Amino acid sequence: MTAATPSVTVRDLTMAFGSFVVMHDLNFTIPRGSVFVIMGGSGSGKTTLLRHMIGLNEPAKGEVLYGTDNFTRADPETRQQILRRVGVMYQGGALFSSMTLAENIGLPLGEYTRLTPEEIRQVALVKLALVGLKGFEDYFPSEISGGMQKRAGLARAMALDPEVLYFDEPSAGLDPISSRLLDELILELRDSLGATVIVVTHELPSIFAIGDACLFLDPETRTGRPYGAPRDLLKTATDPQLLRFLTRGESSKEAVKNHG
Amino acid sequence: MAAGEQQERGEIAVTPAGDGALLVRLSGGWHLAGGIPSLDRIAGAIAGGGVRVVRFDTRDLEAWDSAAVTLLAEVADYCRQRNVTVERDGLPPGLQRLLALAEAVPEKEGARKSATRAGWLERIGTGGLEWWESSREALEFLGESMLAVGRLARGKARYRRFDFLVVLQSVGAEALPIVTLISILVGMILAFVGAVQLSRFGAQIYVADLVAIAMVREMGCIMTAIIMAGRTGSGFAAQLGTMKVTQEIDALTTFGFPPMEFLVLPRMLALSLMMPLLCVYSDVLGIIGGGLVSVGMLDLTPVQYFNESKAAVTLTSYSTGIGKSVVFGVLIAISGCLRGMQSGSSSSAVGDAATSAVVTSIVLIVVADGIFAVLFNVLGI
Repeated sequence: MTAATPSVTVRDLTMAFGSFVVMHDLNFTIPRGSVFVIMGGSGSGKTTLLRHMIGLNEPAKGEVLYGTDNFTRADPETRQQILRRVGVMYQGGALFSSMTLAENIGLPLGEYTRLTPEEIRQVALVKLALVGLKGFEDYFPSEISGGMQKRAGLARAMALDPEVLYFDEPSAGLDPISSRLLDELILELRDSLGATVIVVTHELPSIFAIGDACLFLDPETRTGRPYGAPRDLLKTATDPQLLRFLTRGESSKEAVKNHG
Repeated sequence: MAAGEQQERGEIAVTPAGDGALLVRLSGGWHLAGGIPSLDRIAGAIAGGGVRVVRFDTRDLEAWDSAAVTLLAEVADYCRQRNVTVERDGLPPGLQRLLALAEAVPEKEGARKSATRAGWLERIGTGGLEWWESSREALEFLGESMLAVGRLARGKARYRRFDFLVVLQSVGAEALPIVTLISILVGMILAFVGAVQLSRFGAQIYVADLVAIAMVREMGCIMTAIIMAGRTGSGFAAQLGTMKVTQEIDALTTFGFPPMEFLVLPRMLALSLMMPLLCVYSDVLGIIGGGLVSVGMLDLTPVQYFNESKAAVTLTSYSTGIGKSVVFGVLIAISGCLRGMQSGSSSSAVGDAATSAVVTSIVLIVVADGIFAVLFNVLGI
């Protein structure tokens, strides 16, 4: 479990809808146990990239590897097996509205483990406690607030103890305090579970707080470049587009100095 | 944590360590796939009495995942209830942090749902109140839609002509294929049923009367109404329900467009305009379907069939069918829109709204048809 082993590798990935190219020739490697931030402005293709990485969209070119397994070239059964090691927290939680929170979390457990119904419920209760939702196991998603739905979505993403956890805009729609608590939770989970965390976001505070490495999607050149820890980028970055993004548009050298 | 393919179960060994301490040794690979070791051994040892401290030894623990977290959380809960101290120093740091995280946010007071079962009297009462409430809502909706029609008559209703035309197309022209199929088949079935019985008396010619009168008075309008309830009523409910989920209805309201005029009125208008047309179409096709069977099976000539049908259908029976179809159209539109507007804001609620719209409109159609039958009988039409 050394930090150098790649958890996810993306090679020459080109994403396109028909003849419209969203991003081309993306190349990056995400080390195991790190928090990797995919950032970029609205509409730059962050969520589309996430969808390509988990197989919801097919790449026009290139491939995605989990460890040494080629995910893009794999047959459907192998894909399913790889995906079982992956958890995704969707933007709105994407909880199944006809099931209680405990049932939502228990669904993959019932399918992929041989636990008894009581054991599944126990695991679900622990997962809910981890995200701070103790006592809400019998609530339906429509009965709890948006922030709680997101956290329940995280609990469901963690159901099968994934090695790779994806977060799609974790702080969207959350107040600053809840969003910071969620950031801390993400770090805590990474540390204690040893999972690789991939976060799609454009929230600067969260990018600086949690990112170990990042990928910036540049809508002008339609490609992305991987960088090191976002908090160092303010001093080291030279790409004007990236600087503009990191300084919320005040990208002149003075502004950079002030921030540095 | 290493995700192993190995299926072995984690092992627990419980040994008293003297001085009121209980040593729990965790060993092997703990994976969810292998099941969760039971709490019983530890609980049994604690229940035996004399235990004040639980300590852990995890030197032989090879790998762990949620299975270990789940068991340890249970142990912690169990010990807290019995005032037994749990010393976590012996656990791997990751496990210690996860346990701390699980306990970081205490359960909110009164958040848990109490699962008390209501008594039968209470359930009848709640059911009655709910029924009363939903009937009130339905009446209110009916009243508001009538007011909207009033505003429309005075030329003050606010809706987009274009929306109206789109609905008109979807409830009219796009419904033709299914109405064609069902009407021809219904006409043929009626003719078959009549042919078998009437040919016993050599009265085959009256199959034409049977088909014509049945189609024109009842089957034409009823079948179109039921098709439209399933096809369009449910569509209205699902569409308005989804608009509620995505807050489109809230957006309309804040712009000052009453949803009743903007959404419900065009649908009601379109359906009550198109239903009579579809009904006439269905009447004609049903009679043609009956004709196919009569000419094919009963040695009637097409001209005989046509003349007999023409003689059987009076203007009164023809117009009663059309009149009923207008009423059915309004009923379908109102129940579809009502259920859509009442929908809750989740995907399953939208599904329930669509189901309930079809059930409501079919019940209303059949009840209304019964009332019409009695009415026409009394009036001698």
